Amino acid sequence: MSAAAISGEGARAHEKLTAQFGMWVFLASEVLFFGGLIAAYTYGRSHWPEGFAAAGHETHVVLGTVNTALLLTSSAFVAMAVAWGEERGKQRRIAWLLAAACALGVAFMAIKGVEYRKEWLEHLVPGPHFRMAGVRGAELFFVLYFLITGLHAVHLTIGIAVLAVFAWGAHRAKPWAEPRRIDAAGLYWHFVDVVWIILYPLIYLGGRAQ
Amino acid sequence: MSAGTSYLGDGHTLRSWLFTTDHKRIAILYAIAITGFFFIGGLAATVIRLELATPAADLVSHDTYNRLFTAHGIIMVWLFLIPSIPSVMGNFLVPLMIGARDLAFPRINLASWYVYMAGGAVILVSLAMGGIDTGWTFYTPYSTMFSNSWVSVALAGVFIVGFSSIMTGLNFIVTVHQLRAPGMGWFKLPLFVWAIYATSIILVLATPVLAITLFLVVAERLWQIGVFDPAYGGDPLLFQHLFWFYSHPAVYIMVLPAMGVASEIIPCFARQRIFGYRFMAYAILGIATIGFLVWGHHMFVSGQSPAASMVFSLLSFLVAIPSAIKVFNWTATLYKGSIRFDAPMLYALGFVGLFTIGGLTGLFLASLPLDVHLTDTYFVVSHFHYIMVGGSVMAYFAALHFWWPKVTGRMYADIWARIAAVLIFLGFNFTFFPQYILGAMGMPRRYHAYPPEFQVLNLFSSTGAVVLAAGYLLPFFYLGWSLWHGHAAGANPFDARGLEWTTTSPPPTHNFAREPRVPDVVYDYDPNAPVRPVA
Repeated sequence: MSAAAISGEGARAHEKLTAQFGMWVFLASEVLFFGGLIAAYTYGRSHWPEGFAAAGHETHVVLGTVNTALLLTSSAFVAMAVAWGEERGKQRRIAWLLAAACALGVAFMAIKGVEYRKEWLEHLVPGPHFRMAGVRGAELFFVLYFLITGLHAVHLTIGIAVLAVFAWGAHRAKPWAEPRRIDAAGLYWHFVDVVWIILYPLIYLGGRAQ
Repeated sequence: MSAGTSYLGDGHTLRSWLFTTDHKRIAILYAIAITGFFFIGGLAATVIRLELATPAADLVSHDTYNRLFTAHGIIMVWLFLIPSIPSVMGNFLVPLMIGARDLAFPRINLASWYVYMAGGAVILVSLAMGGIDTGWTFYTPYSTMFSNSWVSVALAGVFIVGFSSIMTGLNFIVTVHQLRAPGMGWFKLPLFVWAIYATSIILVLATPVLAITLFLVVAERLWQIGVFDPAYGGDPLLFQHLFWFYSHPAVYIMVLPAMGVASEIIPCFARQRIFGYRFMAYAILGIATIGFLVWGHHMFVSGQSPAASMVFSLLSFLVAIPSAIKVFNWTATLYKGSIRFDAPMLYALGFVGLFTIGGLTGLFLASLPLDVHLTDTYFVVSHFHYIMVGGSVMAYFAALHFWWPKVTGRMYADIWARIAAVLIFLGFNFTFFPQYILGAMGMPRRYHAYPPEFQVLNLFSSTGAVVLAAGYLLPFFYLGWSLWHGHAAGANPFDARGLEWTTTSPPPTHNFAREPRVPDVVYDYDPNAPVRPVA
């Protein structure tokens, strides 16, 4: 009723800013969402530095590094798609770039799955069979590792779904797949990427200092 | 003057309400819901006060008692206080006050109500299944290791309600930035809008931390992983840090909007410009900022380092400065004013008085040596009830009475409203002032039986609660009565300033018949000019 009336009026630039700003505020909230877990990580690491280092040493740095590269590349594709969104008639190119970013996201998830499986087989999953039960802090490290990467994976899955919808929408030149929305979706994707950039050294590099 | 259909007349079906995206109707939906929860939470408090009327444990078992005060806390904090002024009054007023047609994201606004209701339903289910015995703070390791009550279900409910808070906060922030009418600069905003804006920042930044913390507790209960539980290699203090990182700012979620309400009502009934407008706005932001940095004062006796305790103590004293600025400025606004004691003013002045007592006793608790004596006693209980009930609930009632004519288009019987305001003020003080003394004497909180020497003061408190309950029930009747029999209010019955008073009562669906003209000065009252209500 009134929603249609409201979204139908006002300058386009103003509307674009409103959508973007809404996404920024949402991302601020998301920062604190992950921030709680990262604070827990910091707290644990300052209490049990040896346990966290020993546990961090057991992570699979090669897989983590490959995944970092995949996400960074995907973000570059999304950034290009957003940049082309300003020009008319680039719908096909935008669709392909978004689809490529989606594919990289899916590849990330597949590699993450392989990594989880390895950790399961190596008894690094917290629980009765946890291998490093004697090392104080190691279990907390892996609890937080699975929770944070799990939460990140949930966000990435949502991101993949959103980009896939916009890739399809741009391909079919649907009116709702407009630049301001792709722009907001892109912000979300970059955020999920930035979270990973912070997680990567915390998880994979911290235990490999010496 | 007619400006098309009022928002109340725009559709009468249930569907037209449940699928509305009109911020004013969503405000009404919230109002109905929180009123229901207020009475459920109040019922639990009633049983608590009845039990405490006698020293012996004679009414309910200790286990039931634990579940009662937990239910009271969870319902009142998350289902009543946090949404009260922001989601009801803020929803209704922010677009009107800034001259907008609606919030920036009307559909997210409606969704927030459904998320809130879903979370509320889950919490009610957890209570119906037998309740929770951890207290509203869910302290670990009790909540993760020992409690056999429905902790996970209740936490899921609070988790869901949190997302409704985030949606509401996000909407207000974007709305205030993007949808102000031409000419409505930041320093022409009513202080109520400033307060809601600052509250929204807290909602958006603090609530996710609560969500993740509660998620960790549930994960620990379900999968026995060690985050907080020392038996599995976790740390219980970590919970307190994370919980209070949200829950202390949450106090400001409850009280900042109340300050905004007082800042609207006091100038109107003193016919004075608000004293120190810019300082008031900065004080709001100051409280919101420092409020994020004081959570450790809940943990003085939990074993955190003395250095940390000293820093948190200092910061807690600092937050009193902007709060005091506000109290002094309200008082200065009254000076040489032409004061009228209509019902909204009585409620607003009650708020200032009770908030001042609550704030000053907060300084007792912020000081390290005193807190060792007072922590976990009735002094703490009384302190936060003075802020949350004396402050926030009183201000919610003030807002309800001040904007009732705008919301409904009807006037209530002012004499009854004044009686209720006085009853609530007196009843509240009778209920909670004795608890300060009890706490100073050493009576611990959360006990359902106590030594006989505490009985006189407890009986005083329970009797006061009866008066308070009567005060809370009265508005239900005279406000309800006014819906059918109250005379038409007119656009501006109190001759107040602010854009919301320039449109009809109740406002049309799109708020303003034509683009509202923003006055040059905010709070342009003159104590020497006669009051001219606009019929």
